[in-house]
Amino acid sequence: MSTKLQMKNICKYFPEVVANKNVDLEVIKGEIHALLGENGAGKTTLMNILYGLYSPNAGEIYLDGQKVLIDSPRAAIRLGIGMVHQHFMLIPSLTAVENVILGMKSAKSPRLDLQEAAARFSSLAKQYGFNIQPWVKVSTLTVGQQQRLEILKALIRGADLLILDEPTAVLTPQEVDGLFIMLKKLAIKGHTIILITHKLKEVMSFSDRITVLRGGSVVATLKKEDTNPEELSKFMVGREIIEEYAKASYNPQDLVLELNKLSCNSDRGLEALKGIDLQVHKGEILGICGVDGNGQTELVDCITGLTRVTNGEILLNGENITNMHPREIIDRNVSHIPEDRHKRGVVLAMNLIENIMMMDYYKPPYAKGIVLQWKKIESRVDNLINDYQVKTPSSKEIMNNLSGGNQQKVVLGREMTRDLDLLIAMHPARGLDVGATEYIHKKIIEVRDDAKAVLLISTELDEILALSDKIAVIYGGEIMGIVTPQVQIHELGLMMAGAKKNQTN
Amino acid sequence: MYNEAIIFFAAAVRTSTPLLIAALGLLYGSRAGIRNIGAEGMMLIGAIVGVAGSYYTGNPWVGALLASLSGALTSLIFAFLVVTAGAYPPVCGTAINLFGLGVSTVLARVIFGMNTTMPIIASFSKINVPLLSKLPVLGPILFQQNPLVYVTIIILPMIHYVLFKTELGLKIRAVGENPKACETVGINVCSIRYGTIVYGGFMCGLAGAYVSMALLSFFTENMIAGRGFIALAVLTVGNLNPLGALGAALLFGAGEAVQYRLQVSGTGVPYQFAMMIPYAMTLLALSGIFKKPVKSSASNGIPTMKNRGD
Repeated sequence: MSTKLQMKNICKYFPEVVANKNVDLEVIKGEIHALLGENGAGKTTLMNILYGLYSPNAGEIYLDGQKVLIDSPRAAIRLGIGMVHQHFMLIPSLTAVENVILGMKSAKSPRLDLQEAAARFSSLAKQYGFNIQPWVKVSTLTVGQQQRLEILKALIRGADLLILDEPTAVLTPQEVDGLFIMLKKLAIKGHTIILITHKLKEVMSFSDRITVLRGGSVVATLKKEDTNPEELSKFMVGREIIEEYAKASYNPQDLVLELNKLSCNSDRGLEALKGIDLQVHKGEILGICGVDGNGQTELVDCITGLTRVTNGEILLNGENITNMHPREIIDRNVSHIPEDRHKRGVVLAMNLIENIMMMDYYKPPYAKGIVLQWKKIESRVDNLINDYQVKTPSSKEIMNNLSGGNQQKVVLGREMTRDLDLLIAMHPARGLDVGATEYIHKKIIEVRDDAKAVLLISTELDEILALSDKIAVIYGGEIMGIVTPQVQIHELGLMMAGAKKNQTN
Repeated sequence: MYNEAIIFFAAAVRTSTPLLIAALGLLYGSRAGIRNIGAEGMMLIGAIVGVAGSYYTGNPWVGALLASLSGALTSLIFAFLVVTAGAYPPVCGTAINLFGLGVSTVLARVIFGMNTTMPIIASFSKINVPLLSKLPVLGPILFQQNPLVYVTIIILPMIHYVLFKTELGLKIRAVGENPKACETVGINVCSIRYGTIVYGGFMCGLAGAYVSMALLSFFTENMIAGRGFIALAVLTVGNLNPLGALGAALLFGAGEAVQYRLQVSGTGVPYQFAMMIPYAMTLLALSGIFKKPVKSSASNGIPTMKNRGD
């Protein structure tokens, strides 16, 4: 049991943010070490320092007892450190083997030797049980395969310390199991693995030791055997995490949203939705669950009028709203929490008032003719800031200066303080800390308990399971089936990987 | 008729060569994610420096070399602004164009004075390649040309080879698609971009010298007359591929050759219309009439993620 890695007293400051403060981390050779913490706890920053992407303001790094200076990814690679980033660092237009050897020297340097590289690729892939062909384009690989390719990329460079940043975020439950079996194998062969995650379940099932970060500092380092999820959640957020929300009993009423054989194309002109049938009732949360990129974005864009429906129809309260202008749809009391807060939810360079009034500024009582009624506007904005507990110095603050959680509260408030028949919420808690997540979830449940219809789209299984009354699984632009939240995770996983509901038994 | 055609195609090769040289130069930078629209300005500087070099030394090759170096030096300004300072490339390219027009005009007046008669300079004249020039059809079209055409014929496959068969080429292609990914595998994105931009400037300088020393043999103000922009169109129509650029350059060169033919043939068409042809073709090309899948590298951003905290 020798120490593989020691990071001592690491400090990293960004303008106005302390990302890491006096962090000590010790990782033992051959273990799977979980780095646990909320979004913004400083896990990724710490690992980016280890991988040479950031230089720390203070602190020392020891590898195998030797003090090392890691000032670039090149240096990290030379020292046997490999990192699989949360957003894969692959080039879709190149082949698998080209991606893997990118930046490496071949025997025939400066000439490329793809044949020899492909042979090495294949033998290494075989050794670790990866089923990837060297000559396929990366754009044709599944997300799971891309992740394995990233691991292969690190291994072929001789990495024996492997960092994985939130590796399970994009995988189905079965793929998650497969990944961890592989990581165990790697650990047995002597590789050391650092796993960045915020999921307690994963930590408890797959890691050997755990370091918990909170607010940029280490709270505790523990052996898995010596702890439990409750204790870990206390370390992570300072209290226990709510796993089940209080809800009124499920009592669906009138049909609000109905999709009939809905089809549309993606931006690239490929068929993204292939005949979707769905129904959402008053007093119901319908969760759409699936791996990212299976048509969720297009589904929401169709309903909100942001993309063209090529076939089928959308009925809202019995009225056909297919291919209506977005504003006409908004005026029919459809609220939308978009998937990307920064791109679509808010205008970062504008202040809270402008962001909150974005959809209603031209309507009475906020406007008389072309004149804005500032008193009415300010009272609405101030009420919203109060009711939704938005932390801001004033309503004139620029959106960019608010934290992610407070930005999302603004979006939520704007969308929910209107007349509302249907709420479409896509990844409503993405990138938020536990407190903000719980707040947003409770608000969504309030909407449902108030007998409104909610369409929830998320890739986080826990979120879907905790909130939904019914769950529709989407894969490749089709609905694989509709299940209840009591469904077996295993079955859900198979459906997320493309098995129709009746095929899973 | 046969002779007419031969003469026309030979002229097309001659007029397409500067477009091809410039396009082959801009190609690597575009692949690496930075398109330098300052080609026109760099070609103008190359054109005057080439003429001046030849005037002082009596050797056109020295002139061409100096022209290339002047292009490279100019592109270094662009590279600094875009890669190091993170400025928006099209604006910097425009600045280079204005800079090139001004500098080349001033240099011409300082060196040759304001008088209207330009001195005779040593330029690139036609050289028949032994044996090859005797080939039927291909001989007169390809091998009875000036030496810079032969240089281009030789470097074209080399440029193709480097891009697709070497580690450097793989890096260039990868940097344009995903610079962050390249940084994580230890590739120095900045130096790749600097290198490709400066190489592009070198080639644009050479292309400028071609115009003033092979196509013509003197310098006049603004003599590149949009060829730098046409080279950018060649790059787009050629789908950022050296062989594609060859095809596209020949097409545009033919357009220019047609224009000359129409002007002298006395068809009654006003010559202004004939002169429009290459530019009209450029507009058509960029509007997607040719229905080529217009490829552009996925990234056009600023590379380094180091210590940015995002």
